[in-house]
Amino acid sequence: MTRKRKRLLAVLGLVGGLGIAAALVLSAFNDNLVFFHSPSDIAEKQLPAGRLFRLGGLVEQGSVKKDGLNTDFIVTDLRASIPVRYTGMLPDLFREGQGVVANGRLDAQGRFVATEVLAKHDENYMPPEVAEALKKSGQWHEKAGDHAKLVKPGS
Amino acid sequence: MLHALANPARFLRLMAAIRPWAAGVAVLGLGVGLAWGLLYSPPDYQQGETVRIMYIHVPAAWMGMFIYAAMAVASATALIWRHPVAELVAKASAPAGAAFTLICLITGSLWGKPMWGAWWVWDARLTSMLILFFLYLGYIALWEAFDDPARAGRAAAILALVGAINLPIIKFSVDWWNTMHQPASVLTLEGPKIHPDILWPLLITAIGAKGYYVWLLTVRVRAEILKRQARILRFAAATDRRAG
Repeated sequence: MTRKRKRLLAVLGLVGGLGIAAALVLSAFNDNLVFFHSPSDIAEKQLPAGRLFRLGGLVEQGSVKKDGLNTDFIVTDLRASIPVRYTGMLPDLFREGQGVVANGRLDAQGRFVATEVLAKHDENYMPPEVAEALKKSGQWHEKAGDHAKLVKPGS
Repeated sequence: MLHALANPARFLRLMAAIRPWAAGVAVLGLGVGLAWGLLYSPPDYQQGETVRIMYIHVPAAWMGMFIYAAMAVASATALIWRHPVAELVAKASAPAGAAFTLICLITGSLWGKPMWGAWWVWDARLTSMLILFFLYLGYIALWEAFDDPARAGRAAAILALVGAINLPIIKFSVDWWNTMHQPASVLTLEGPKIHPDILWPLLITAIGAKGYYVWLLTVRVRAEILKRQARILRFAAATDRRAG
């Protein structure tokens, strides 16, 4: 074996070994690497009240009720949903049907009391006229605004 | 091909031939792409005019990752084949990569505040991009940490290779985990999710940025080769004086 070949194998070994190590570490810490939990995750895990975590999903259509600075709404992934109460200013993109990530705690009644609400936007970009045309022709849900990652598969 | 380029004189001639073309691509691509994107492209249906930050943010992010990938390939070439110029290509690339990554982080922050409601969040995409920036800084620092350029080059090349693990993590972070950052819009299995009126100026700007990087390489690698040659001449002169 020439020295060149040895160095080639050493480099391939280094990169391969690191790749495997990184994959193992990342999958072991999977639960800590997610930025938010969906309502179905929370229903499955039975989180205790009072623990701080982030909840992500869609703002349910027709669920937003404003009362002064307080806003009540429902976050859903179309399989499970959780009522949320937030006090404060909401980001501009916040609206019904929009993806949101809220940071806060569950109270004793199972309501999520948020201290921060962030708006999530999806990966689709288009001019407003195109969005209008898609909505008019009824192709909106297949083409855009589907928030694929916020909706649980099988729903 | 690889062997032909190991000759610095031949490499310098190739760089000189490429330089005007790369400069042309950079000026045209960045000029047309940015003017089109920032002034004449349509607003986004959700984000309105704020979407224009994308024409800086996304090409900068792509360049940050592309340059690191180029550095990793050049470093592997330098380690395996002891290719003298490959090492200098990697060294000359790092400051540009760091600058593009920083531009991506800053514009992302400026974009996050009005859209998401936060300057920064510690999700997998943003965190892995910040790690990329630190990898660049570490790579640059490592070159300066040794007096002997041969040892510095080898240490830096190994760091560049180790850090390359971060590239697929950045790209797929938005698919593997829930993140605040939205999933990929351009390089997806289903094709781009951006309307052509927004996608074209973005792609043209990205090509211009690539041209700028190649142009920068032709200038910086030349400087690195000349610096090496000056060092050799200095040593030779010092040895002559001692001998005479």
